[in-house]
Amino acid sequence: MSEKGNHLALGKVRSKLYKGFSIVVITLLAIAFAFPLYWIITGSFKTQAAINSVTPQWWPSEWVMDNYQKLFSRQVAPLWECHIPFTQVTFAGPEMPAAVRWLLNTVFMSLASMVLTCITAAMAGYALAKKRFAGRTLLFSLIVCAMALPKQVILIPLLREMADLHLYNTIWAVIYPIVGWPFGVFLIKQFAEGIPGEMMEAARIDGASEWKTFYLIALPMIKPGIGALAIFTFITSWNDYFMQLIMLTSTSNLTISLGIAKLQAENATDFGLIMAGAALASIPIIIVFLVFQKYFTKGITMGAVKG
Amino acid sequence: MKKKNSMSRALVMRETVAGYAFMLPSLVFFIGFVIYPMIQCIITSFFDSTMNRDDIFIGFQNYIEMFHDSVFLGALKNTFIIVVVSVPIVCIFSLWAATVIYDLKGPVCSIFRCIFYLPVVTGSVAVTVVWKWMFNNYYGIFNYVGTHTGILNQNINWLGDERFALGCVILILLTTSVGQPIVLYVSALSNVDQSLVEAAEVDGATRFQCFWKIKWAQIMPTTLYILIITMINSFQCFALIQLLTSGGPNHSTDTIMYYIYYNAFKLYRYGYGNAMGVVLAVIIAVLSAVQFKLAKTD
Repeated sequence: MSEKGNHLALGKVRSKLYKGFSIVVITLLAIAFAFPLYWIITGSFKTQAAINSVTPQWWPSEWVMDNYQKLFSRQVAPLWECHIPFTQVTFAGPEMPAAVRWLLNTVFMSLASMVLTCITAAMAGYALAKKRFAGRTLLFSLIVCAMALPKQVILIPLLREMADLHLYNTIWAVIYPIVGWPFGVFLIKQFAEGIPGEMMEAARIDGASEWKTFYLIALPMIKPGIGALAIFTFITSWNDYFMQLIMLTSTSNLTISLGIAKLQAENATDFGLIMAGAALASIPIIIVFLVFQKYFTKGITMGAVKG
Repeated sequence: MKKKNSMSRALVMRETVAGYAFMLPSLVFFIGFVIYPMIQCIITSFFDSTMNRDDIFIGFQNYIEMFHDSVFLGALKNTFIIVVVSVPIVCIFSLWAATVIYDLKGPVCSIFRCIFYLPVVTGSVAVTVVWKWMFNNYYGIFNYVGTHTGILNQNINWLGDERFALGCVILILLTTSVGQPIVLYVSALSNVDQSLVEAAEVDGATRFQCFWKIKWAQIMPTTLYILIITMINSFQCFALIQLLTSGGPNHSTDTIMYYIYYNAFKLYRYGYGNAMGVVLAVIIAVLSAVQFKLAKTD
């Protein structure tokens, strides 16, 4: 009896030790994971001399805005351009630092992808979950298969398609494929499965139209799903570099990620300037992530269950 | 009986029309910008296709050339190295991290979860440029820390040395890959049936037994999902390569994805690029299916 007690006590001690050890290790790793971001932010405020010294400054001895000034004075681009379809007429906004335009392009691209994805996915996910129609199973399997395939391999045909549609080097060439990616439909379908059939039945008996049933009954119930999808789409399209790299070329059409990549290609060793760009590209999206973290987490976990 | 039948036929009709009407906006984008390019990708892989010229049908020539192309074979090998190294590390590490974090509970848990997710949210470009600086030959902190602690005798040209470049790429890939699995595992662990765990603890099961016999079985679907998404992500490793090394030095960090990009957008060999894309898709599909089968029989 006492031997067993001893054994248990020893086990407890060992378990405590293991726990303490794991917490130390995970804390150290967390510091390492946060370090690159810390290095971006502090680096963007360091002086040229501090950056180019062989001994790194762990904390900037002097905080300067030089890198940001350089970033904003490098290139200019009109703040907005509006082209009237089928004509040669283009209206351009006032000249602005190119980085501002890139940020604006990125915000627009992410917002447009988000809104279009949410609308199309909400309707399609609802139909897949709640409507019984011929070809429904086939469509759903097609969606699951398409999701498992690497989306980047379709970029070459996509490039030619966009050129044929005269969308190449416009922001829409990046937006449309994001909207077409079926993850959102899949996600909303998972949520819409939870809508009770009786509620839809009741609406039908009351003579509600299909659209009204969707709008008044289904939509409020899949709202959390749409919230998760919205924030997920916003963040992933903000960071979707490959598509942007291939579709966008002219200076005024770049996104912020592309702009930074170009900056890096042209000034490989001006790390201060590059860090200022990296900070500009990442800080806004990190803030968005932190604010909407709860929904975002829901989005990635919901996509996994039953997957 | 008869009446009910005709009723249900009208209902079926209405359901079908409504179903497709609701699907329509999504289908336009899905077919137009996913399915159509996929079909095009397969078709073009049988052509010699480039800019401003009609495609020439060449049958399986692209596929044959691929397996005689030593750069492609090297890229294939590198891609497999990346996958074979990163998938197990990501899965094991994220499971371990998730169990530790999950035990911490409450706000501390979400703070840790957030930090491990940060490299993903920061974006591949920002992450890559800062690592490029940290790996830099003269101004990078790796060389500074290494030489000052005596681990390194002299500065190492991390990204310019064939022996280290691929390792550096994998290291960065790991930091950007574990965020999502950790979030998934933490949520899977919170869904584990607590009454089973408590019952086992009452029966005197050790921590390890508890984990292995009860939790592991219940988080298996999550593990499968993580294996597959990590594998797909590792296969598609591109931004890192393009920004960090451009496949160099001496093709030592070429991956299939980067080589496809290089052929299509630097050499304008669309047909060849598409053929490699098809091969990559087939490899991923086969490996996913195998993992699925293995997990199902377990």
